[in-house]
Amino acid sequence: MTEWVEVGGIPDIPVLGARVVHTNTMAIAVFRTADDEIFALEDRCPHKDGPLSQGIVHGRSVACPLHNQVFHLDSGAGANPDDGCARTIAVKLVDGRIFISPKLRQQAAE
Amino acid sequence: MKPRLVVIGNGMAGMRAVEELLTRAPDAYDITVFGAEPNVNYNRIMLSPLLAGEKSFEDIVINGRDWYADNGIILHMGAKIEFIDREKREVVSACGIRAGYDRLLIATGSDPFILPIPGANLPGVVTFRDVLDVEKMLAASRTHTRAVVIGGGLLGLEAANGLRANGMQVSVVHLMPTLMERQLDEAAGYLLQRELEKRGIEINTRANSKEIYGSQKAEGILLEDGKRIDADLVVMAVGIKPSTTLAKASGLTCERGIVVDDHMVTSDPAILSVGECVQHRGAVYGLVAPLFDMAKVVAAQLADDATAAYQGSVTNTRLKVTGVDLFSAGDFSEGEGTEDIILRDAHRGVYKRLVLKDNRIRGAVLYGDTGDGGWYFQMLREGKDISDIRESLIFGQAFAGGGQENPKSAVAALPDTAEICGCNGVCKGKIVTAIGDHGLTSLEEVRARTKASASCGSCTGLVENLLELTLGDAYTGGSAIKPLCPCTDLSHGDVRRLILAKELKSIPAVMQELQWMSVNGCSTCRPALNYYLVCDWPGEYADDYQSRFINERAHANIQKDGTYSVVPRMWGGLTNSRELRAIADVVDKFNIPTVKVTGGQRIDLLGVKKEQLPDVWKDLNAGGMVSGHAYGKALRTVKTCVGSEWCRFGTQASLSMGVLMEKMTWGSWTPHKVKMAVSGCPRNCAEATIKDFGVIAVDSGWELHVGGNGGIRVRVTDLLCKVETEAEVLEYCAAFMQLYRQEAHYLERTAPWVERVGLDHVKEKVVADGENRARLYARFMMSQKFVQKDPWAERATEGVHTHEFKRLALAAE
Repeated sequence: MTEWVEVGGIPDIPVLGARVVHTNTMAIAVFRTADDEIFALEDRCPHKDGPLSQGIVHGRSVACPLHNQVFHLDSGAGANPDDGCARTIAVKLVDGRIFISPKLRQQAAE
Repeated sequence: MKPRLVVIGNGMAGMRAVEELLTRAPDAYDITVFGAEPNVNYNRIMLSPLLAGEKSFEDIVINGRDWYADNGIILHMGAKIEFIDREKREVVSACGIRAGYDRLLIATGSDPFILPIPGANLPGVVTFRDVLDVEKMLAASRTHTRAVVIGGGLLGLEAANGLRANGMQVSVVHLMPTLMERQLDEAAGYLLQRELEKRGIEINTRANSKEIYGSQKAEGILLEDGKRIDADLVVMAVGIKPSTTLAKASGLTCERGIVVDDHMVTSDPAILSVGECVQHRGAVYGLVAPLFDMAKVVAAQLADDATAAYQGSVTNTRLKVTGVDLFSAGDFSEGEGTEDIILRDAHRGVYKRLVLKDNRIRGAVLYGDTGDGGWYFQMLREGKDISDIRESLIFGQAFAGGGQENPKSAVAALPDTAEICGCNGVCKGKIVTAIGDHGLTSLEEVRARTKASASCGSCTGLVENLLELTLGDAYTGGSAIKPLCPCTDLSHGDVRRLILAKELKSIPAVMQELQWMSVNGCSTCRPALNYYLVCDWPGEYADDYQSRFINERAHANIQKDGTYSVVPRMWGGLTNSRELRAIADVVDKFNIPTVKVTGGQRIDLLGVKKEQLPDVWKDLNAGGMVSGHAYGKALRTVKTCVGSEWCRFGTQASLSMGVLMEKMTWGSWTPHKVKMAVSGCPRNCAEATIKDFGVIAVDSGWELHVGGNGGIRVRVTDLLCKVETEAEVLEYCAAFMQLYRQEAHYLERTAPWVERVGLDHVKEKVVADGENRARLYARFMMSQKFVQKDPWAERATEGVHTHEFKRLALAAE
């Protein structure tokens, strides 16, 4: 069973921006694209734990603020495969409200 | 016996029709011409140069007496036709000359419009329509000094300019808000007004003439708003109307003009009409080009060729004022579905505007550079689809290739004198010669040798074309234009140029108009575009913080652990106990782990959590401090030594100089960070020679150094110049920064920028050209008005971007 937790509404996140949610165990970056799609990644890059929430969002990607490595928001994969993969967090929208499942999606899928 | 053709009107349209007829059917008619003016046929559009003294009457004669004689034409000069007897097919002149006709051509042209105001018929009030008017004006200019021209249209302005050229004081009175509003939009009208005012012509717009006063003769004009302008000569140039009196009296169908069909035949099949007097498909024309089109049809009709038909004309206008290049064609009003391409170059006084609809040129207004007027006009008339050349259309035929398949063919067609690089004034011939003489094979070599494309780089494509043309297959350089990022093929230089040329004022506009290949850019182009827009449209562009790097968005420097560092500003490196106490209190209150003095003489507080930033700032603000911009592509610090205030070697007050510089430049966004320093003597304790802008005091003043860098690649500054006063230091400093702001690529420090454009270029723009320096200075100071607000205070207490510093909360944790 996936547990969903509400974290806010779409307007709480700037367009082409992100905000951070802290759980007991980790920080989660919740992103909003220009088309109001919402994605969530663990707020640390696979390279040097850079806070992805602080990066520049473009298209469905974010550039890490520390070393400018680009990660896809949907899969967490680095645009350059050598850059590894950021962990994705399940997210859903219900009536414009954002819900995340702090359990890692990859684990949930297993 | 040949049929008889009688022509009423010895002007341009009538005689052009006769010329066409003579070419087509030389001996078809016995021709008789009646002209109301006592002259042979002359070029009426050259009246302006005649008035201005640039041409004599002989120069503007089209057909002299010989021509009439040679072609067997009977010419009656000064013979105004009073009456057409259509039943008898005979015309009668005012002086009683009679002539019978088989075909009659009415080419009476147009009459000047006279404003129905009191005093309009006083002596000293003239129109501007024929040689006699010009003679009256010239006579007045010899004995009188003041003239008023009513009408700021084509004719009025040409009259005003001509009278001014004859030494008169000239005032133009124009009803509308801008000059030549029928041909020009507001922007071009403004440029024109500025130019005419520069020539000493007074322009009154929104000025409604109420009365021409004077007892025996005109003595001046009274405007609706009560303003009086004294004048010895009043020129009425408010427009023309088709001359239809004769045709009307003869019972021909007339509306605004004499109504003709597509064959230029009036309501009487024996009578044709041509020129400004006709009304064709509801339109009347007051320009010369349509007359020529009509004349062809008239000639065909008279030669019994019924197939020729007049389809109406699209007209274009050029103002015949020497030194003012102005072109207007088609319809340039904004309407549904119209798009504008606009190029403005304030420095050169150039304004070009093309109005497009459905990818076709609908109208064009060119000011300052009208070389491509004919080309645009041709495409306008042909209704050519310009989709393929749209991007470079505004730059003209040389750049857009004139629709030629190969862009190089346009470059090949350029004359050797054609200027390729505007920045450095390098023409085609010089580049081609240099390639041949020195065996140049790459863009870089051409740049090094000729300076072409070495400054703004916008002509890089052209220079590459020349390399290819000259070397043929031997040129293997390929495109050296480095795109700004993978979202576009355009270089930084191209993008900067196009942002200005197309007046793009938002990131979406840039991406749309410059055909970005990604939806909303990438982390490389977005900050660059944001900077270019901030720089180019101060006060107009709304800064897009989502396109800024985190440091500039959070106004603090992100560290490896995701915390931030905070550097308050200390003007010129100067601080005091109050500031230090506030810093100490902040360190204690927020448990800031590390406090460090920076290389730029500031204090850095490291390890601040993002959520704490607004509170930290609030306390620092309370201690009198503002953001130090240590996080920005911006003015960072002005480092100083104590100078003559304390130092026994100091020659100038470097400390206060540094404070003044920092107060002037703080808050400014720049392509990359900018560091400055002021040393009070040549011992240079402030290390000014590795700064972007370094000032070193000497006994007689200040040495200004630019383009230094202490980073990976140390670069010692170049000496820009020496100045004497603090005010000069500030002016040069601002001008240099503004030039850098305008010309450098995003993330290009001054050192590589100076190397790219050359120190000579910087010297020319900032040192040699005082006017340009003043412009740069003014532009910088204007931009500063919008940015010198403390971003910390805005965020700590004014509620700006609060979301940036707050986490999202979990609803249930």
